[in-house]
Amino acid sequence: MIEIRNLSKSFIDKNGRVDALKNINLQIEKGDIYGIIGLSGAGKSTLIRCINRLEEPSAGSVLIDDKDIMKLNNEEILKIRRRIGMIFQSFNLLSRRDCSQNVAFPLEVSNYSKEEIKARVNELLGLVGLEDKRHSYPSQLSGGQKQRVAIARALAAKSDILLCDEATSALDPSTTKSILALLKEINKVFGITIILITHQMEVIKEICNKVAVISEGEIVEQGTTFELFSKPSHAVTKRFLSDKSLEGTLSYTPQNSGAELYKLTFLEESAHKPVISQMVKRMDIEVNIIAGHLSSVQGKSYGNLVIEVSGESKIVAEALEYLRENKVFVEVLADYERVE
Amino acid sequence: MKELNSILLKLLELMPQPLAETLYMVTAATIFSVLLGTPLGIVTAISEEHHMWPHKNLNRVLNLLINITRSLPFIILMIAVFPLSKLLVGRRIGTTAAIVPLTIAAIPFVARLVENSVKELAWGIIEAALSMGANTRQIIFKVILPEALPSIVSGITMTIINLIGYSAMAGAIGGGGLGDLAIRFGYQGFQEDVLFGTVVVLLLIVQLVQYLGDKIYKRLIK
Repeated sequence: MIEIRNLSKSFIDKNGRVDALKNINLQIEKGDIYGIIGLSGAGKSTLIRCINRLEEPSAGSVLIDDKDIMKLNNEEILKIRRRIGMIFQSFNLLSRRDCSQNVAFPLEVSNYSKEEIKARVNELLGLVGLEDKRHSYPSQLSGGQKQRVAIARALAAKSDILLCDEATSALDPSTTKSILALLKEINKVFGITIILITHQMEVIKEICNKVAVISEGEIVEQGTTFELFSKPSHAVTKRFLSDKSLEGTLSYTPQNSGAELYKLTFLEESAHKPVISQMVKRMDIEVNIIAGHLSSVQGKSYGNLVIEVSGESKIVAEALEYLRENKVFVEVLADYERVE
Repeated sequence: MKELNSILLKLLELMPQPLAETLYMVTAATIFSVLLGTPLGIVTAISEEHHMWPHKNLNRVLNLLINITRSLPFIILMIAVFPLSKLLVGRRIGTTAAIVPLTIAAIPFVARLVENSVKELAWGIIEAALSMGANTRQIIFKVILPEALPSIVSGITMTIINLIGYSAMAGAIGGGGLGDLAIRFGYQGFQEDVLFGTVVVLLLIVQLVQYLGDKIYKRLIK
């Protein structure tokens, strides 16, 4: 388990003091695929580098299996880094080593014997499906193949944690899919905890079970991936999701003056009940459906509906209460959320 | 035709000794300056503020040292290091003694080239090695040196060509060499054929060094 407690990082540059990370708290369980999403400059690269101390935080602690890595001396840091693999957006392979020599690098660093290195390299190149590229140099590989070598290298020294720094950002969509599938498999088969940072919501949607949204050095929202997709609460998260269910709401003019637009979210249990029609039957209100969308995240479905409700204000309030009782999440659609 | 033959004969007679002296001085100075300048260049690069082994004061001292040595005109440096030559090779003048100032002039040159080669490496590969728990020594020998090697080889090629140029001045302190031959016979003795012959030979040597350097560089790049 990895626990990040009250982590802060600030430094001084020519424009003065910069708070790159502000009081970050995260809890990552063993076996999680934990996504941290944010725009560039949000602090996510700094945050992920605090976990293996490539960056020194200014305050706070990072506990890996209850051991505070901020208290380790240099020798101990090298040791703990050997069990934390890391992959990068630009792959960072050594250009003058072939694939097998690249995978062997962390093993040489950890003083494995020649025989052990050979066996382990073969095993890992097999795992990532590149046995036949053993003697190819990085310049002879495609982006996806390079990332596969990097994954093999990151896991070579028996790491049980894998940090992914925008690992798919330089890849095309289909290669991204195959790399994500590989990461998922590694997570499942070996129980390796994966922490990834990205600016691509699709990456989160595809493989993460938990997610945190970071903006300007702060975690603004965190939860399971399903929660985040179905009921995003923070403006930054909503912007990331570029909600399809809201399309068409910008140009809509209310039929009755003073009528509000409401965004309804139906989660699994409420998604299959005819809640709206029952509401209209029971109460004296008009409902106008403006937009809607049904999605699913990792096999769980959820739906969104934007409606205009008109009627006596007391009855409208009752109607909304009825929806809430039926586990429909109701919020007033703010003007800034409307899209074309 | 007869005249050309006699010129060639004269060159063949005059050339071997100065040629050997030039090759001897340049080879020795190249070996020593690469051996001493490479570590200096690496330490200068990695001791910079945001590199892997930041040591601000050491970095300042090394930079100062390199700049001072590089700004000295070679002809003056050659005389200034007399005491050192005496200490190291037992003589102030002569071909072997000339290797000392040549080496000293080339060390900062090599150091700067190596420093640039190291700084040109993508930080990502060093960061990746750090993330795998490699220590400073392992990163220098397993990452920095091998990855920078092609660029260092280009630098060494440049160093050799520079040293051939500097070695022409070695005649001033009795070092001999092709430069000395050209000045004594060609310039002071009005034998323009010798001057011309020396120029051609120097040109050929430089071309050969550049050709071999490029060839090795290409072979090293993967």
